Amino acid sequence: MSTIADFKTEKPTWCPGCGDFGVLNAMQKACVNLGLTPEKVVVVSGIGCSGKMSQHFGGYGVHSLHGRSLPTAQAVKLANRELTVFAAGGDGDGYGIGMGHFIHAMRRNVDVTYVVMDNHIYGLTTGQASPTSDVGHETKTSPHGTIEQPIVPLQLAMAQHCGFVAQGFSGNIKQLVSLMERAVTHKGFSLVNVFSPCVTFNKVNTYEFYRDHLVNLDEEESYNPQDRLAALDRVAAANNLVTGVIYEDLDRPSFAEQLYGYPEQPLTQVNLALSEESYEEILSSFR
Amino acid sequence: MSGDIGWKVGGRQGEGIDSTGDIYAVALHRMGYYVFTYRHFMSLIKGGHTNYKVRSSDQVLRHHGDLVHVLVAFDQTTITHNWHELADGAVVIYDTAAFKAKAPDDRNINLCGVPLTELAKNAGSSIMKNMVAIGASICIHELELESLRPVVEDKFGKKGPTVVEQNMEALHQGYVYFNEHFSARFPLPPIKKSTHSLPSARLYASGNQAVGFGALAGGCRFLSAYPITPATEIMYWALAQFPRYGGVVVQAEDEIAAMNMAIGANFAGVRAMTSTSGPGFSLMMEALGLAGMSETPVVVVDVQRSGPSTGLPTKTEQSDLNEALHGTHGEIQRIVLTPRTVEECFLLTAEAFNLAERYQLPVIVLSDLYMGMSSQTIDEFPLDKIHHERGKLLQEVDLEKFGSYTYQRYNADVLDGISPRALPGQKNGRYVALGNEHSGVGLEIEDLATRRAQVGKRQRKLLNFQHFTGIHLDGDVHSPLALIGFGSTWGVMEEARIALNTNGLQVKHIHFSRVAPFPTEEFKEAMKGVQTALVVEQNSTGQLADLIQKEVGFHDRLERCLRFDGDPFTLQEIITRSEQVFPLGVHH
Repeated sequence: MSTIADFKTEKPTWCPGCGDFGVLNAMQKACVNLGLTPEKVVVVSGIGCSGKMSQHFGGYGVHSLHGRSLPTAQAVKLANRELTVFAAGGDGDGYGIGMGHFIHAMRRNVDVTYVVMDNHIYGLTTGQASPTSDVGHETKTSPHGTIEQPIVPLQLAMAQHCGFVAQGFSGNIKQLVSLMERAVTHKGFSLVNVFSPCVTFNKVNTYEFYRDHLVNLDEEESYNPQDRLAALDRVAAANNLVTGVIYEDLDRPSFAEQLYGYPEQPLTQVNLALSEESYEEILSSFR
Repeated sequence: MSGDIGWKVGGRQGEGIDSTGDIYAVALHRMGYYVFTYRHFMSLIKGGHTNYKVRSSDQVLRHHGDLVHVLVAFDQTTITHNWHELADGAVVIYDTAAFKAKAPDDRNINLCGVPLTELAKNAGSSIMKNMVAIGASICIHELELESLRPVVEDKFGKKGPTVVEQNMEALHQGYVYFNEHFSARFPLPPIKKSTHSLPSARLYASGNQAVGFGALAGGCRFLSAYPITPATEIMYWALAQFPRYGGVVVQAEDEIAAMNMAIGANFAGVRAMTSTSGPGFSLMMEALGLAGMSETPVVVVDVQRSGPSTGLPTKTEQSDLNEALHGTHGEIQRIVLTPRTVEECFLLTAEAFNLAERYQLPVIVLSDLYMGMSSQTIDEFPLDKIHHERGKLLQEVDLEKFGSYTYQRYNADVLDGISPRALPGQKNGRYVALGNEHSGVGLEIEDLATRRAQVGKRQRKLLNFQHFTGIHLDGDVHSPLALIGFGSTWGVMEEARIALNTNGLQVKHIHFSRVAPFPTEEFKEAMKGVQTALVVEQNSTGQLADLIQKEVGFHDRLERCLRFDGDPFTLQEIITRSEQVFPLGVHH
């Protein structure tokens, strides 16, 4: 059995108090709880403070390009279906420069868990407005307040029939671990959007703010996460300030389940060489 | 020239011109002729002029040929547009029901009106007017109609025996009508049994199909790509074949995703590639740098088209050379292969995977529209040259000596710069592939010494590069005159060299099948004794000539022969330009 220590590397370089610590801890705990071993887990991260996740998590990793964690992560999973694959990034990485890939990853439904550390700000570049910054938020690039409508990731994901949509909070590790476990277990693409406060550059969306405002839908007995339209309404009514499993579709087949000819064994184990008969088959198509 | 016939069909796009050309070309190929095709088309679906050229001979062809002896015209535009290519005495077959053909001048051309639509109706349906025209063409070539039956069965068999017979009847109607009304003939010689390869063993393939096949044979089991002319046929081929051999094809949302997917799959240990053309290649530049920096193998095929920007999206060019050599910010090592022929599209694409894994870097294969989309008869694919060499790829047992977190994926001390690679899933091999500058274990760093060591490590990788690609030398090796080119122009340049030779001008032909790392010594050797060289390339600035000047010099000896209007080189323009620049004194 693996332990938390197996999933740790060197000390993270995030600011003390950064929400990303909680996300890292939750990912590590979820992997331990699910009985995974570090060499079978791959974290593909983008660029930004959240992008450091691949280096701080004790599995294999790709610290990829800004906004490009999802294409890379989907291919890793398709190449070796025995791996557990996380994509990780921030709101700028995933909902700004990488937004196109997010939408298409939900269409495609490859079995990857996408963890977004959503702090409503660009942190590593020291405090510019992000795609999830609230209207009116004053930042270095919005000195008079943000005038653009923020993206609501949960609604986007549900509109696109994403098979697993969850939202967590770095201040509630216990719930976050449970969300991560369920996301990893879900067959197909899953989104875990995490309110992960930036303690240095965002003085609006703080731990206190979230503690005061978040509603935990996991604890709401009447809430049915399999009712997509009701979930969309509920998120809107709560102004997106909800946590829990927001939506899950237990029936949607994953990409791998539908992909024509997709082999049972990992592609990494498919023989590189073609047999004489295979060559003859192919050559006959050229005659 | 007898025994070497140019045939062309043209009309409005969407009229079935491609399928007419395909049926004709495959029929002659199956009869045992060498065919070489070229498709001229526009970036639209309906309307606009399109044509399909097929050159046929009983000898090996390397080029689609300058002349047209038989033109099937479905509209006047086809006649006007292609008039200058018509050989003396050429035949133009046109549909009398559609228009009254007009000759642009009084050259000796036979305008042969055939009631194509009416004859097609006689056979069963006006839709078969293209088959009537093919039948007339078969009469002109003095060939047997029945020898088309296997092709007709392949093409229409699914629709039932009635449709097959109707199409055979349409061919017959065209044949008989032409035979009764017109005397012009351009016969193809009977196929001799003594030709050096058995006609039945020969293959009909395009560069794009050969790239797909080469990838599969080379062990590629993952293709991620975004549709783009003229590269999409690589995807089509892979979609039809990869799943049969355990491979996956993913249509990415854009070329950025396609490239990052190919990198991700390679990181996981699958041989993976992406295929694209210029605009997509530009979108891949950032990720190309990631592959270089993270030392992840990846193969990128760029089927070049006319640029810049959207350029002439359905026309050919060789203008991405500079981008292939230098594209991406910062400095990375890369290998750039430039296959000369369909056979080399197969072999070098396969070989690209060995190189990518051996040197752990991106390998770019530069094809172009002309080679990619021109189907042609080839004798064989060089299957016996296929091998798989995975380089310094670790097995789990190799990693046992390392405890957790001591394996150095990016060990900068290795002499050749190539540090052994672990794969996800292997115990004790944990590392992060990253675009940040990094330490030996793969953590981002900013200290000066490590940066210098890692840059040095990566740059050492290609210092002693040896490979069978590089320079191909044809013709008189002692000649002071040389034609120089790269990639797809080999065929037309080789025919030009042979023609010049026949005219008494002995020339050598130096052709690059690899431009990075630059084959300096081989090239210098090939250039020994050369006083004047004509660098022939399909771009407006002379990118290869510039590269040669940068790498080895020869500034005073290089002349340029450039074409950048979208059409491939004609044989004649290379001959004419050669005769301009090569001093007459060296005539033998």
